[in-house]
Amino acid sequence: MHSAPPIRKYIFIGAALLVFTGITVAANQLHFAVPLAVTVALIIAIMKGSMVAAVFMHLSDEKKWIYGALLLTVAFFIVLMTIPLFTVMDTIGTPIHHPPAAEQPRH
Amino acid sequence: MNIPYTVEERPDTGLANGRLGIWLFLASEVMLFGALFSTYIILRTGSVEWPHGELNVALGAVNTIILITSSVTMVMAWASLKLHNWGRHRLYLIATFLLAGVFLVNKYFEYADHFARGEGPAHSTFLAIYFTLTGLHGIHILGGMVVMLYFIGPGAKMWKSNPDQFANRIEYTGLYWHFVDLVWIFLFPVLYLL
Repeated sequence: MHSAPPIRKYIFIGAALLVFTGITVAANQLHFAVPLAVTVALIIAIMKGSMVAAVFMHLSDEKKWIYGALLLTVAFFIVLMTIPLFTVMDTIGTPIHHPPAAEQPRH
Repeated sequence: MNIPYTVEERPDTGLANGRLGIWLFLASEVMLFGALFSTYIILRTGSVEWPHGELNVALGAVNTIILITSSVTMVMAWASLKLHNWGRHRLYLIATFLLAGVFLVNKYFEYADHFARGEGPAHSTFLAIYFTLTGLHGIHILGGMVVMLYFIGPGAKMWKSNPDQFANRIEYTGLYWHFVDLVWIFLFPVLYLL
């Protein structure tokens, strides 16, 4: 399956990962607002993770059974990550405030 | 009894059994760490304030560099076997093992510093999830080191009797090791920087 290992590619990806680590730390020194900082850090982390998975773990050249298993994993991972949304939407135990009833006319 | 399909591919899956096995194991690991990342999101979004700058960013960055370098040496250990260079393979595998050890030593100093200041897991919600995530990751590092030590020591003799199966075993060890690196790639910014 992997007859000739691409040695140079491995070294290049390793170097790129180190550069991206430097960029992550440097971006942190700029003290962005939290939403922007989270976005930047996660984009860089996803890029680094993709490089590790595609090249070091040979995911760019795998069989369909592996892709199938990972697709299922990704689907369940997304479910896991969206579970926190239910804690926001959950209103059990929260007092319900009704608008004050309009005063009834006295007879 | 011979275990089938350790080197040759199964006709139905097109994969050696070990390869499918390690990927299914890694899929379960994704869910394990995913559950903890999900917990982190719940705790962070639910807290009134979240500490920033409590961790040593320099030490965290050094550990990131160490793990990335160890991923390169791990893949080179496998590539050396494919190129039938036993000496290089040994060198790279031992280097990976040592880098993993340095990572854990750094982590020990980091933990020791926290405990010396009375900042254990019970100190705050942030430190509770920090120790849980990094502790579990550290156990994975330790597990990887045990496997590597086996292949440096008694497991190495398989190279003479069945080199293809040995190369596959090193590749699966590498897949696990790269996954451990991948988890840290997300842990570092999430815990140290954000």
